[in-house]
Amino acid sequence: MTSFFAMNGYGFYIWSAYGIAVLAIVVEILLIRSHRKAVLAQARSTASDAAPDPLAATE
Amino acid sequence: MAINWFRFSSPAAFYPLAGKLVPWFAGAAAVLTAIGLYIGLVVAPTDFQQGEAYRIIFLHVPAAWMSMFLYVVMAGWSAVALGYNTRLSAMMAQAIAPSGALMTLIALTSGAFWGRPTWGTYWAWDARMTSELILLFLYLGVIALRNAIDDPRRADRACGVLALTGVVNIPIIYFSVQWWNTLHQGATVSLTKAPAMASIMLTGMLIMSFAAWFYAIAACLARLRTIIVERERGAAWIAQLPEVKAIA
Repeated sequence: MTSFFAMNGYGFYIWSAYGIAVLAIVVEILLIRSHRKAVLAQARSTASDAAPDPLAATE
Repeated sequence: MAINWFRFSSPAAFYPLAGKLVPWFAGAAAVLTAIGLYIGLVVAPTDFQQGEAYRIIFLHVPAAWMSMFLYVVMAGWSAVALGYNTRLSAMMAQAIAPSGALMTLIALTSGAFWGRPTWGTYWAWDARMTSELILLFLYLGVIALRNAIDDPRRADRACGVLALTGVVNIPIIYFSVQWWNTLHQGATVSLTKAPAMASIMLTGMLIMSFAAWFYAIAACLARLRTIIVERERGAAWIAQLPEVKAIA
């Protein structure tokens, strides 16, 4: 197992390359998720603004 | 088989379809990545010239292919959007740019970590690397230009023109290793010649390429859904979506 991670001395280069790729992909997925949450919240407030306000008639 | 494909050019029709497709593409990408990495890092034999360092190829080549391919697809949708003034095509182009930038970044960094042990340097200003770096700047330029323009329809047109202009860089990247004397090696796999690599290595690389494809499709469709909600949020159908109605 240790020899697998050592990659005959090339471990640093191989795992750095793959590590950065994994990190970048995780960041992309998290960014899409957080953006989606923000956009859905925005859509909710737009929808509730557009809906007739039950209190409006009393004024 | 009378499917009206044009129906899906409407954001309201495409949004639920994309939602159904995302988990399938993401799942396929995960399975293929697991198989591809197992072949690439465990099964494939040590290269007789480069030792273990060559194993970066299973990441580097698929990412580099995708970086160019996604740009062409982005430019294609931009052209459709400019020509037919279709909203969804422009949103498609908008959704692809960040994934293209990601693939370019992976191609550049994995290339650097491959170059160091094999060429003795992380970076050289040779034609292949420089043109790939320009590709990253083109993606970042398209993203930045969109963020700089408030009106999304104007941003669509401006980004579309920029994306189409940048297409000239794609053949430059592809043929750079033939046109100039580069530190970067020539193509290992091409459509015209038999691949210059062992078949198990080629298998691993192709599986990783399909994984990259499916991942990019999943990520772009997921991002597209977010963009649709963001840009169409005044529309009645958005207000009727269960994920929007849930709390409101």
